[in-house]
Amino acid sequence: MSAVIETTNLTKHYGPVVAVDNLNLTLQEGEVFGLLGPNGSGKTTTILMLLGLAEPTSGEARVLGVDPARRPLEVKRRVGYLPDSVGFYDDLTATENLGYIARLNGLSWQETGRRTVDVLARMGLADVSERRVGTYSRGMRQRLGLAEVLLKQPQVAILDEPTLGLDPEAAHEFLRLILDLKRDGLVVLLSSHLLHQVQAVCDRVGLFHKGQMVLEGTVETLADQVLGGAYRIKLEVSGDGLGDTLSGTPGVVNVTREDARIYRLEAKSDCRAEIARRVVAKGVPLLSLSLERPSLDEVYTRHFHGGQYEA
Amino acid sequence: MRREGSPWTGIGAVFFKELADHLSSTRMLILEGLTFIMALIAVFTATQTLTQTVGEDPFIFLKLFTTDRDPLPSFLFFLGLLIPLTAIALAFDAVNSEHNRRTLSRVLAQPIYRDALLLGKFLAGLATMAIMLAALWLLITGLGIFRLGVVPSGEEVARGLLFLLATLAYAGVWLGLAMGFSVLYRQPATSALATLAVWLFFAVFWNIITQIVAQAIRPIEYGFQEEQLRQIQMQLFLSRLSPNTLYTEVLLAILNPAQRALGPVLVTQLEGAIMGTPLPWFDSLLLAWPQLIGMVATVILLFAWAYVNFQRQEVRA
Repeated sequence: MSAVIETTNLTKHYGPVVAVDNLNLTLQEGEVFGLLGPNGSGKTTTILMLLGLAEPTSGEARVLGVDPARRPLEVKRRVGYLPDSVGFYDDLTATENLGYIARLNGLSWQETGRRTVDVLARMGLADVSERRVGTYSRGMRQRLGLAEVLLKQPQVAILDEPTLGLDPEAAHEFLRLILDLKRDGLVVLLSSHLLHQVQAVCDRVGLFHKGQMVLEGTVETLADQVLGGAYRIKLEVSGDGLGDTLSGTPGVVNVTREDARIYRLEAKSDCRAEIARRVVAKGVPLLSLSLERPSLDEVYTRHFHGGQYEA
Repeated sequence: MRREGSPWTGIGAVFFKELADHLSSTRMLILEGLTFIMALIAVFTATQTLTQTVGEDPFIFLKLFTTDRDPLPSFLFFLGLLIPLTAIALAFDAVNSEHNRRTLSRVLAQPIYRDALLLGKFLAGLATMAIMLAALWLLITGLGIFRLGVVPSGEEVARGLLFLLATLAYAGVWLGLAMGFSVLYRQPATSALATLAVWLFFAVFWNIITQIVAQAIRPIEYGFQEEQLRQIQMQLFLSRLSPNTLYTEVLLAILNPAQRALGPVLVTQLEGAIMGTPLPWFDSLLLAWPQLIGMVATVILLFAWAYVNFQRQEVRA
């Protein structure tokens, strides 16, 4: 395992504003990493620095072992970038738009034709490839953007808010395409503030806040850190007086009663069997008992609104 | 920090894409149509006057550009209006439209430097103008051959090519200015208006201003000849700060072989000169050389100004 993207104390100031503050980020071979954070938390600035489009105030970045501030052309040749709110030349067709990008990458004429047909077919745009991009829907434009990223056969794909403004079905379709990229061995850096989508495709996530990465890891470890217990158990009973019984169960960290019938437990281990045994032993009818996966939404809300990071 | 890799990478791709855009755009189609119609009208009226003097004038093909007949002005007058207009139309939205269409970050994420994008766009604009001007010149010369029944001499062709070169430099000035404003202002309408304002200022007000300023700085108090000369020289200096004056003077020297000076000439300096004899084309070029270089320098300065602003700009929309 070698680092594909690595930043050391990367910092960017815009005048008095600190956009990115001492960022240390590492992406390994073959992983999908999610950059999460509210708007204006420095995600796009970080991406621009990784591409050599913005100069870091201090610190250093390495992409595929190359410093983007010094050798941006080499980085940009091997990294595909889909900007947020991507735009195309509306009066050109999809093929012509991709043709321009291919020429900018120095591809030969035959290679351009072959790859263009290839990526458009892969993104499901083969039928509309000769239509003017001005007539495209938002979802089609986004897929054309991804086609463009694939056109240069990159080793890394950086996608900035790729699902923003897509309807749920198109967004789902797009996430599936991202997973395809991962299967091809691409390293994907995905920035978003739509948490459930990030959770669906990312191996690891980093939470951004005011230019700093405040949390980093897999969704499960984050849940461990922030929520205290990684296991969330939902219990439905018809009866009272269970509070002590439940909180006395080994492994249970926290008990909340949602309404007369529903309890929610946080636990360090999967202690459903023990809970069931105790409830039944207490003579209370047990209606249902289920384990819920912690969601990133919850981690995020709890972390940012838990009083620690009041703006 | 020193960056590695050639700034020219990708300039060809940008150049040909922009050139294709220009040549197929409605905007250019309208302006080209307008220019060609004006050229036809001007040349037809000029040939009507010139057919009466064909045998007498050795530079009849140069007269095609400069001859006017009431109420129509000469072709040069039309060209002086249309060149800045076309150049501005080509460049006023060069950079800000990429911002507004959100294509800039996508294009700059390709393995090219910003240098290639700006220079490619500028060269494509110049090439478009060059194609248009060459076609115009050939059209006029062809029409002249057809209507006048004589072919141009080598001397006339050389002067015609110099005329093309000077016009291209003049177009480059407005192209550079429009492109600079397109970097500076995010709204294409603002940059178009700003460039047009500069053009109007030089076309209409600059001559009035130079007169007033010259009179204020070098007043004629006692009516001496030296005072008058100094005032005229001051006025000439000020008016040469305008690209319009430079262009007019270059054309004067190139299209009038008999033109021997581009400023005040004292009677004593004319001693021994045979008035009205034409200069060879190379001497005319030497006469207009400072003005020509002045225009080229203006183009370079304007481009550098646009370039510096573009380099400092944020990529994100």
